[in-house]
Amino acid sequence: MTISKKPPAAKGRIKSSPFAYLAASPHLVWTVLFIAAPLVFVLYYAFTTADGSFTWDNILALSEHTETFILSLSMSVIATVLCLLIGYPLAYCIAKLSPKAQKIAILLLMLPMWMNLLIRTYSMMAILDDGGFLNHFLMALGFEPVHIVGTAPAVIFGMVYNFLPYMVLPIHSVISKMDHRYIEAAHDLGCNSLHTLGRVILPLSTSGIISGVTMVFVPSISTFYISQKLGGGTFDLIGDTIERQFQNPSTYNVGASISLVMMILILLSMAVMNRFSDDEGTVIV
Amino acid sequence: MNQNILIQLKNISKSFDGEVILDKINLDIHDKEFITLLGPSGCGKTTTLRIIGGFETPDEGEVLFDGKLTNDIPAYQRPVNTVFQKYALFPHLNVFENIAFGLRLKHVPEKDIVSQVKDMLAMVNLKGFEHRKVTTLSGGQQQRVAIARALINHPKVLLLDEPLGALDLKLRKDMQVELKNMQKRTGITFIYVTHDQEEALSMSDTVVVMSDGCIQQIGTPTDIYNEPVNAFVADFIGESNILAGTMLEDYRARFSGQTFQCLDAGFDKNEPVDIVVRPEDVDVVAPEKGMLKGTVTSVTFKGDYYEIIVDVCGFKWMIETSDYVAPDAVIGLHIEPDAIHIMKKSVYSGRFGDYSSFSDELERLSEPEMEEEEA
Amino acid sequence: MKILSRSYIALIIAILYIPILVLMLFSFNSTNNTGVFTGFSTYWYEELFRSAETFTALKNTLILAVSSAVISTLIGTAASLGLHRMRSKFLRGAIVSVTNIPMMNPDIVTGISMMLLFVFVGTRLGSADKLNFWTLLIAHVTFNLPYVILNVTPKFRQMDKHLPEAALDLGCTPVQSFFKVELPNVMPGIVTGFIMAFTLSLDDFVISYFCAGSDFQTLPILIYSMTKKEVKPDIYALSTLMIIAVLTLLILTNLTGDRDGKNSKNPDWRSHMRQRVQERRAHRTAGKGGDAK
Repeated sequence: MTISKKPPAAKGRIKSSPFAYLAASPHLVWTVLFIAAPLVFVLYYAFTTADGSFTWDNILALSEHTETFILSLSMSVIATVLCLLIGYPLAYCIAKLSPKAQKIAILLLMLPMWMNLLIRTYSMMAILDDGGFLNHFLMALGFEPVHIVGTAPAVIFGMVYNFLPYMVLPIHSVISKMDHRYIEAAHDLGCNSLHTLGRVILPLSTSGIISGVTMVFVPSISTFYISQKLGGGTFDLIGDTIERQFQNPSTYNVGASISLVMMILILLSMAVMNRFSDDEGTVIV
Repeated sequence: MNQNILIQLKNISKSFDGEVILDKINLDIHDKEFITLLGPSGCGKTTTLRIIGGFETPDEGEVLFDGKLTNDIPAYQRPVNTVFQKYALFPHLNVFENIAFGLRLKHVPEKDIVSQVKDMLAMVNLKGFEHRKVTTLSGGQQQRVAIARALINHPKVLLLDEPLGALDLKLRKDMQVELKNMQKRTGITFIYVTHDQEEALSMSDTVVVMSDGCIQQIGTPTDIYNEPVNAFVADFIGESNILAGTMLEDYRARFSGQTFQCLDAGFDKNEPVDIVVRPEDVDVVAPEKGMLKGTVTSVTFKGDYYEIIVDVCGFKWMIETSDYVAPDAVIGLHIEPDAIHIMKKSVYSGRFGDYSSFSDELERLSEPEMEEEEA
Repeated sequence: MKILSRSYIALIIAILYIPILVLMLFSFNSTNNTGVFTGFSTYWYEELFRSAETFTALKNTLILAVSSAVISTLIGTAASLGLHRMRSKFLRGAIVSVTNIPMMNPDIVTGISMMLLFVFVGTRLGSADKLNFWTLLIAHVTFNLPYVILNVTPKFRQMDKHLPEAALDLGCTPVQSFFKVELPNVMPGIVTGFIMAFTLSLDDFVISYFCAGSDFQTLPILIYSMTKKEVKPDIYALSTLMIIAVLTLLILTNLTGDRDGKNSKNPDWRSHMRQRVQERRAHRTAGKGGDAK
């Protein structure tokens, strides 16, 4: 009695009228003028001299900044890995709380994100500074004061402190939405808790890890405020270098070329990460 | 039924992305008629309705309202209103405002709006629901609001697109009766789209059976059931045993290796035909008394009758009988001449009518596919 | 095990809050010592309120946030409507991808790229102040747009596609149908998008830093220039006030926003949105089977 015939595709129904394009046109114009065009300008400046003629010099001059790139890359990678090592267990622990407690924990985790990055970093510095709260506290307890601000760990700590929630939130959201039956199935098939975590939960939370890693890595590698404040001016990261180039019109071109390379670096790392998740189904930490 | 033609569809064709949905449809719809477009998913019934409503423009052909060409008149200027498949009630408005929507657009004075909406609510048995949010209503209640919202505008025609599709069986039956009564009371032409043949047969004045973008048959429910024009209609409307046969001469047909008396005439001599016998029209008799002899392969108790499948020389017949027959028993089949209906051969010949792979389970499995409308 | 995991959560959250609490505490210090609390005083607040600069920056920040949120909401809502009605999947995908660039790119790149555009065009036009209120406004609208679109587009998609048809059926013209039926139904998305744009604009430092001229200072820029000088607790006072303002805003939007649906439950919108884009992207690449980027 049933006749199987594929229903006609629904796509035919809503036709794009000229109206659709009219409504989207201000945005379209805006996008072209203020998103696409500026990126073209980065390219343009990266390959021209101050008077507008084509040159490779800016790109070649990047070799002077190799150390900066390596330093930046390694610091942001360390910060990202630390965020993952601290953040994953945190997300996992939060996901095991009762729904109400989860909400509160997530809210508490997100509140600081609402304070301006400058304020957060500055408050961190106020604590860690040589004459700051921590050292006074240590001295009051009879310990030697420690010199923190101006060291690499301080900068990394600043990155972790500022961006940790970016790591925890996506991972938590994936773990908490995970079908509980997977975990039960794993237990049923003889996994103990550790095995379940390693073989079921971790692989299934890959997408959360990827978002988390990207959301920590991108601001870490491009920051300049954190390194300025917590690095005490002794650490020159890519962000600082770019920022400095744009203080003076004569170095805009070099600044543009550094930005360009950073952008490519970020795109590459994202591509590598996505490739990772495709091949393995897991990101190996 | 009044014989004034209200809507005429002439040679309507429509395709989406190269796929033909409607192929030269011709249909007359009369004033005050309850007409049902019946067919499986993808047969083009909803598209036909949407063309009448003004939500689609036909690629070819003409739509006439009262003899006037209306192809290019937009939906909001047509004298029709629609009850949408999932009601499409405005979630941001309460029940009252949903029903009052059309009147407000016409700037009807507030006093009249209040009284008309009250009347409508009374008519659809939703007194006191004025200030409820539509999202808090049950399916049946939403359905009534949708009907009230359409009817308050006094359309000449009400289009209903599978309006009962989302309701459970019991509610469905009740609403069928209610809808039919409403139609009689208001005298509005109802154009009703459904894939449920029972619904179509029990409510309509006229049933239009559609398949593959073509109209297969137009007729009263009894005509459609008793005189299906081809194997598709015979199979789609109720259960049928459809066999290939030959019309030897007028009133004499041959199938299953036997010659039978029948009431049909007007075919060529020895013309190949399709033969329909409804399961309830076959009598079970002793093997030696039967016109045909077969073995019972399955027996299913259906409450008021048994549904048995009988193998007659490899063709499986479905028979409904009130007497129990044991599986594997050999029985005789008796068919009265008026139970035999002869149809011309069509593209659908040979595609339906054998119950060799039939099972209730399959039937139920395929059901959701039909529910999914060609929206 | 349970105790262990709970104390771990508590420890991390404590570490996140201690600096902020210390900063708030020392904003009430009576001396400019940032290490030892010498006595309670509101001196730094009085100092702060004496400076006209603070008020100008506050006023500027609010003007900028309101105007950029209004403009981006208008453009973004129209764009969502257009995208919703647009048939070409490819074009739709292309527009959304480009729109999302400022959300995925590091802020510093977005900032300098727009600055380069403004400087280049300004130089060609021979204008004296190449960076001014208008360039800053353009920059803010640009980075707000993806957030507005991400909030409004799903509302159009979730809306029963027969609603506009029902409106036409009942006698609305297409324009009436939009204002009477579609707009009210996507309103929650528009409101969330607006609030999000407003707060992101309030909070932004990096992009503003590159696109603002010297005559138009916002609060984050003011804080930045203040922290460049010696450490004085007046910044603590300003920060404390901003934290309190943000908290108030957050509580208010959460109280009023509860009806509006899911988005308002997640107060960190920026990360929430980025995460959604990321997840979709990861999902897409996984689905394609190895076609990364």
